[in-house]
Parts: sequence; structure tokens; C-alpha cells
Amino acid sequence: MNTTAPDTRASTVIEPPSGWFSLDLAEVWRYRDLLLLLTMRDISARFRQSVIGYGWAIFRPLLTAAIFTLVFSIFVRIETDVPYPIFAFAGLMPWMYFSSSLIGVTTSVVDGSALLTKVYFPRLVLPLAKVAVGLVELALQFVVLIGLMVLYRYTPGPELLLLPLFILIMVVTALAFGIWMTALNVKFRDIAMAVPFLVQIWMYLCPIVYPIDLVPQQYRTLYALNPMVGVIEGFRWALLGSVQPNWGTMGISMLVLLVVLVSGVAYFRKVETTFADII
Amino acid sequence: MSDSIQIDGLSKRYQLGLTHARSVRDLANRLAGRLIGKGGWKDGGSMIAEPDRVEDGHFWALRDINFRVGQGEVVGVIGKNGAGKSTLLKLLSRITYPTEGRVELFGRVASLLEVGTGFHPELTGRENVFLNGTILGMTRREVREQLDAIVEFAGVEKFLDTPVKRYSSGMKVRLGFAVAAHLDPEILIVDEVLAVGDIEFQKRCLGKMKSVAESGKTVLFVSHNLASIRSLTTRTVVLSHGRLIFDGPTQQGVTKYVEENLIGEDSDVSIADAPRAFSGLDQKLRFTDLRLAGLDESGCLPMTGEFAMEAAITAHDDCEKLQVAITVMTDDKTPVGSTFSEILPAPEKGQTKTYPLVSHFNLAPGRYHCAISITDFRSAATRLHDSLSDVLPFGVGIGALSGSGGPAHWNPAWGMVQLQQLNQVRSDAVHSCEE
Repeated sequence: MNTTAPDTRASTVIEPPSGWFSLDLAEVWRYRDLLLLLTMRDISARFRQSVIGYGWAIFRPLLTAAIFTLVFSIFVRIETDVPYPIFAFAGLMPWMYFSSSLIGVTTSVVDGSALLTKVYFPRLVLPLAKVAVGLVELALQFVVLIGLMVLYRYTPGPELLLLPLFILIMVVTALAFGIWMTALNVKFRDIAMAVPFLVQIWMYLCPIVYPIDLVPQQYRTLYALNPMVGVIEGFRWALLGSVQPNWGTMGISMLVLLVVLVSGVAYFRKVETTFADII
Repeated sequence: MSDSIQIDGLSKRYQLGLTHARSVRDLANRLAGRLIGKGGWKDGGSMIAEPDRVEDGHFWALRDINFRVGQGEVVGVIGKNGAGKSTLLKLLSRITYPTEGRVELFGRVASLLEVGTGFHPELTGRENVFLNGTILGMTRREVREQLDAIVEFAGVEKFLDTPVKRYSSGMKVRLGFAVAAHLDPEILIVDEVLAVGDIEFQKRCLGKMKSVAESGKTVLFVSHNLASIRSLTTRTVVLSHGRLIFDGPTQQGVTKYVEENLIGEDSDVSIADAPRAFSGLDQKLRFTDLRLAGLDESGCLPMTGEFAMEAAITAHDDCEKLQVAITVMTDDKTPVGSTFSEILPAPEKGQTKTYPLVSHFNLAPGRYHCAISITDFRSAATRLHDSLSDVLPFGVGIGALSGSGGPAHWNPAWGMVQLQQLNQVRSDAVHSCEE
């Protein structure tokens, strides 16, 4: 039996939520094992009992890229500096990650209601556990991309070293928007209905099927308010080394991202104390 | 002894009705309601039977709870459904936050509100043990160290790599409980829902809880199963209508809890509306009122032990005859004895008739209440028309002893019935032996 004095024991204080919010990321770190296992659960449960399994992660972007090539390179003829299939695939990779992660993060808290109403853990673990799942699919897509690049005899340049940075920005973008959406979704389930639709529209506001040059100069600043513009441009540049992204545009994208992230985490921490009551 | 749990002025308030507009139509209705002046927000309030807990469209699930639990103490929490037990549990588990007050817990806390939280049907038993363990606050390393013990306790060695969706429900529960049983907290907060599964497994759960309790851990056990509360705890906290109404020895706590549920003369619930003891009663004949006569001001039977009552019975269907059965119970619901009326003529259909009934009970001093039934006279008390438990509370005063020339006090170990006085046999045959 522990005979230490009471003041040396770990103490947990439960009080009414006060003030605006406390970030307390140290606590999230203490729960890293849970984060890891929830992530593993999603990864390993995702394609269980499906014949093609992770093949789906490859077929989806590949088929989409093929259709885009048909429509935008043969029917419509969009001019790109790299072969259109690689152009489209390199743009689709971050986008598909973003859209599926955003949808996953949006429903994460409501989907986790069985846990939320029975056990305490830092609620941020739920959205965080959802952003890693898509990375596995992304990794598989890289294999396909390498195949395409070999096919079209394309060698990446030294910019490739910056790819991890853009992957990180991509993950943070999905998280930043997702945290807002998932916190709002607890109260307004409309969010979960709206996000998949929103994502469809959003795609047309990103330079995926068309290069950014097609956006008229006077709209570029407005266009750059969409953080995914910076992510996709950076991704494509790092992979294909085509045109250097406009760093001004990139700066605006990152600034917007930062605002969304900080406000999202703040809002999440503020309302998380009520999740169990209203879920 | 230092405190493990300190609860000060803990209150939790919920908003009644919807916390937000569920749909546009709903929102429009509400706005329209408010314009007309009907106050759509108050709708929830009128449905709640406890006006003292409702305030401005809010409901106090818990109000001003104060108690402390010392290190190594095992404390039970009892109360009716809706008394606030679950809310207290949720607050202590940090699932929801208090509106007012403060709780401090010293030491590592494990709170178990359900078995197998977070089990994923597609994952294997092994994967789920890790998942569930970390959800309950263990690290992966701790789970790995305990894995063999957990698997053995659950008895699922052969199915460890089978998806949990192929498990029987019993296996799932066993696996979930096994994980929970191998947590090593200093404070354990447990909900009675843990006692699920078959009888044998329930026994094992309670056995495990008992050994945890005996190992010097602090345990807070929430239940309305009086038997397990009595066997596991020595101290009990009773909640009623969101407030703490008793904190003390379990035996007295159980008594308090049972008495609180009794339907007596001053209860808000009338006999006609009171919940019945079982479902599936045909209710051709139904109690509409029950009254005891001749009780003194402290609610005790007269010294003579005469038990006089009146039962008003309404006939909803044609029944020729009836029989009334009464079981007397002690304040912790132990039955003492039963008695049956003679066969009585039933009231005509649609009519109500009052039956004065009388008996004589030689009970030990204490608090008692009755369960009462109307039986079909042909069925030898196996078919019931109506049945109520927790009614007709009465007491037996200490005077009942001296009145009959008995002892001045009664030791509970002597039982609950005063048997007839032990008389010396006035026969010459016995006397002759002494002489």
C-alpha cells in the first residue's frame, strides 16, 4: 500500500469549465498510446472484409485521373507543362487525402460518442486519430505515381526534399478545418451532411484539373485564401518540379490556415466540455 | 486516514428540452409559439414530475452534494432511477462537467461505466484488449504485461485472433471485464452495469470487486442492487431527487432508501397510480386505496399488535370472488411472513368496494412495510389480479415488548418475530420431577 503523504499523490481536480480555454497539449501527449491505437483501429478496420482492400486506395485516384485526362486533356484540352495524367494525379493525391480526412475528422466526435459518454480522455484525440488514416492511402498512391513518372520518363528534382513539408501542411489543413467542423457537428448535425457536398464544390476552387495560370491575375489573391491552393501547388512543384509556386500566394494560404487552425482548436477546447451533454 | 475523494458543493444543471433547434420547422414552431406567448421552451418542464428540480427551463440533476471518501474506503451510492447516480458517476469520471462545486481525486482513477468500451467488431480479441486497455487509461506496455492474465481471466485463449464480431455476447463481456479487472487504480469508480452476463459471471465480477475492495483500494460503487451494496460496502450514500439525503453505515442507508420508496399516507403518489410490482397483471380487480387504521402518532401498531387496514378495490371486469394476500417485510426488504384473507365477494364490474381487514402481528420492534396482492381465489394464490410492493409502512414500538411482559429491548440477532410467550407448564407431572 502506498503510504506517501496525500499532497504528493497525483490529484485530479474537477471544476466547472471556466475562462476561454486551455490548450494543454501535454495531456494529449500523455494519451499518445490511445491516439496510436485509435489510428491503428481505423487503419486496420478500414478495408477488412473487402476483396480489393487497399487496392481501393489506388483505384480511386487512378480512375479519377484517367477520367480527368479524358475530359480535360482530350475533350477540353487544358494546356499543362507536364503530361496531363501525372499533372492530374499529383494534384489529386493531396486533394483526395484532404477530402477524405476532412470528412473523417468532421464525423470523428459524433462517431466517437460511445467512447465520449463512457470514458474520459482528451477529446482532441478523436479528430487527431483520423488524420493519419489517409496517410497510408497516400503512401500507396506514391507507388502509383512513381510508376506513372517512370512511364512518362519524368525525374523529380531537388525540390522533392520539400515534399514532407507540404505533406505536413496538407495534414494540418485537413485537421484545422476538420476541428471546426467536428465541434460544430456535435450541435448541428447538418455539418456532416454539408461537408461532403462542400468538398465537391471546393475541388473546383483548387488547381487540380487546371493549372493555376488559368486563374485570371486579378483573382489570384482571392483564390489564394483557399489554403488547399498552396498545398496542391507546393505538392505538385515538389513532385514534378514544374513551375515554382508563387510564394505570395503561398503566404496568404498559410496565413489563412494558421487562423483557421488556432481558432478551431480554441473553439474545440471551449465546447468539448459540453460534448457528452449534447451529443 | 487521508481522503481519496473530496466532493464539495457539487451541482449539475441540464437544460430541459432540446439544447438547440433540431430543424427549421422546429425553430419556426418555437418562434411562433413565443410570439403567441405560449413559451415553447417550457414544454419540457411540464412533463417533469419534480417541480422543485426545475428552474427557468433547467433541470438540476444534482444539487449541492458534499462528501468525502477516505483512502481504502468502499462506499456505495444508491438511489432510485433519476436520483442523480449516473450524473454523479459521469462527473467523477470527467465525462461531463459540473455546473457548480468542486471534486478532487487523489491517486490514479479508473472509472468503469460499461464493459468493453470502444470494442471494434472487425478487430481481433487481442487488438481490442489493447484498444480497450488504453481507452481505460493503461499504456500499451502495461497492457502487454497483463495480456496473458487478461486472456486467461476471460477464458478466450483460442479466439484471441478472431474478430470480436464472431464472439458470443458472453465472451465479449468476459473479455471486457477481464481488461477492466486488470487495471491497477488507486480509486475505482464502478457502475452496477458491470454486473451483466450470466449468474456465474456476475458472481465472478462481484468476487473480483470484493478482492479489490479488500486490497485497500478506494472504491465507489453505484448500484440499486441492495444485496451487492450490502455485501460490498460498509458505508453508503443515498441520493434522492438530486440531493444527498443520507451518508452513513450501509445498513441504515439501505433502510433510508427503502423507506424513501414506500408509498404511505403522505406520499405524492396515490395507490391507484403507483407502479405495480410486476407487469402482466390482468388488473381485472385493482387496488385504488390502502389505509392502515389505529396507528399511533409515530406510525406504530398499537401495543396489542393489531394490524387493521382498509383496502379499496375497484372491479374493471366481472370477478366473482377474490382473496387478498399480504407479505410483511423488514426495512431492508427481507420478507418476514405472509397472511391471506378469507375468500371475499368481489365488487360488481365498475364498482369500488372497501374491505376492512384485520390481523395480529407479533413483530419485533422496527420498521416494516407490506407487499399486497389480489389473487384469483381459484388459483391458490398463483394468479394475481393486482400487486403492489413497498406499501403500508408501519412500525412496531419498543412498547410492544413490555406490554406483553417481555424484555425491555430487542436484539436484532433474535430475529424479527416475537414468538408466543414461553410459559411454564403448570402440570403436576413436571413439578414432581423437581421435588
